[in-house]
Amino acid sequence: MYKGLEVKIGKLRLLNPVMVASGTFGYAEEFSDFMDLKKLGAVVTKTITLKPRPGNKPPRTCETPSGMLNSIGLENPGLNRFVSEKLPYLKKIGVPIIVSIASEGDSREFVELAKCLDEIKEISAIELNISCPNIRGQKSEGRSQNVRLVSQDPKATYAVVRSVRKVTKKTLITKLSPNVTSIEDIALAAERAGTDALALINTLLGMSIDTQTLRPRIAAVTAGLSGPAIRPVAVRMTWEVYRKTKLPIIGMGGITDTKSALEFILAGATAVAVGTANFVKPSVTIEIIDGLKEYLNKNRIADIKSLIGALKL
Amino acid sequence: MSKMSEIKIISNKNIKENYFKMVLDASGIARKALPGQFVNIRVSDGTQPLLRRPLGIHRVTGHQSLVTGIELLFEVVGDGTRLLSQKKAGEYLDVIGPLGNGFSVLGSRFSVLVAGGMGVVPLLFLAERIIQGTEKRNKVNPVVLIGSKTKNGILCAKEFKALGCDVKVATEDGSQGLKGYVTGLLEDVLRHYPLPGTRYPIYACGPTPMLKEISRLSQEYKIPAQISLEAHMACGIGACLGCVVNTKEGFKRVCKEGPVFYAKEILWS
Repeated sequence: MYKGLEVKIGKLRLLNPVMVASGTFGYAEEFSDFMDLKKLGAVVTKTITLKPRPGNKPPRTCETPSGMLNSIGLENPGLNRFVSEKLPYLKKIGVPIIVSIASEGDSREFVELAKCLDEIKEISAIELNISCPNIRGQKSEGRSQNVRLVSQDPKATYAVVRSVRKVTKKTLITKLSPNVTSIEDIALAAERAGTDALALINTLLGMSIDTQTLRPRIAAVTAGLSGPAIRPVAVRMTWEVYRKTKLPIIGMGGITDTKSALEFILAGATAVAVGTANFVKPSVTIEIIDGLKEYLNKNRIADIKSLIGALKL
Repeated sequence: MSKMSEIKIISNKNIKENYFKMVLDASGIARKALPGQFVNIRVSDGTQPLLRRPLGIHRVTGHQSLVTGIELLFEVVGDGTRLLSQKKAGEYLDVIGPLGNGFSVLGSRFSVLVAGGMGVVPLLFLAERIIQGTEKRNKVNPVVLIGSKTKNGILCAKEFKALGCDVKVATEDGSQGLKGYVTGLLEDVLRHYPLPGTRYPIYACGPTPMLKEISRLSQEYKIPAQISLEAHMACGIGACLGCVVNTKEGFKRVCKEGPVFYAKEILWS
């Protein structure tokens, strides 16, 4: 068995460091026509909430230079239907399943979700999505610039991570927003609160206007930017957080190929997640896994872990 | 089996103005394809444009027993379709498909097809399947209504006629056929067509305002309409939830549950 690509995220052992970014891979079954799901390092589900969420009004996506905007608004069937309808398929794949969770309000919903998921042994880890830019706070109807995400505030981040940490022994991953002045401060708060790993970055808040109709190209006006356009921002943030914390980082943001995956690893990521590129080429993760193996062989590197943070300055 | 493959371009011709017809050597897709389904094509190897372009399947080439490929008909409207128009015979394209839910071809003696602009794309394939599926002695050829802004935008009238369809045209500027919207022609058919009391299906594809009006007419005349919707798609395979439409049962994905829906399901905004 080839061991050169093995990495560890908290208690979670991955046969290779390539996973998928939440929200870009559905609940995996959508991709079964295009690839051998068993080859993935791990699957990260679309974010689920306690109650079903219908999501935001369309149009929800638009293409931008080397990227795209989305404001899906966490459409999902809710915890119960996730467990009864989506989880059976995920369990059968045979790779670690990481369930992404979010809350519309306070940390109680996170705690309740984590408690329920903690009891399901086939779930390997929980990812706290405290950084989705597309759910609206009650106070700020239609004015997203006033919305404060949990991950925009170190204290709120600490509180949520801490309360979830108390109810689960599963590997806990905290997903961070790039829409902050200092991502290190948020990362440190999550670390102090007991997260096992950090995932970064979520989408950058953006906006696009149709000059014919004078309307925003996304119904919710503002939306999350993803794709290669954001990669340099994501690599920079990975490097900044790597220097400040000891936690394993799952790096993501515009990864489209082996080279871009390696950039994140060199900047300090232990694992990487492919997001928007899954839409463009559904089997791209497999190409990246093969590409990483080839890179190690070609450069006579026995273990990918020796490349983590190996950036030369 | 993988739905994704590298497919050779047999031909890519500029049929008039900004309209192109491309034939792909895709017997695998052709064998499975149903009218109303689409393929999702990567038009650039780089990141610009980033996303694939979904294109309706216009026709299956070859014979019924031995299909050889698919034909696409597209208009150059932006960067993606411009790049596609520049592809040459012999080049390869990364194509996913067939995708989505197509039209259900109902075993009805008669049917009405309504196309607005590029809406002819899936309807020609549909007309072929309807005519192939109808027993000859029982056949009343479909009526095909085609609308566009001007006569330059009226496509495929000849092809529909060659199949034996009864073709009527409407243009907004009156440069060909009735002056006005294609939905005016539909109302005429619904009022006067010589099959009173018979329920027959309407199949439609075109811009949203047209589909909305067809939806209204189908309810007024109590005739079921299947409509093919268009939406911006990111993935085309049901994963991103980007292309949803509001229906009586909540949001549904145009790429997966659609693109064809029954008109009565849709909640128009």
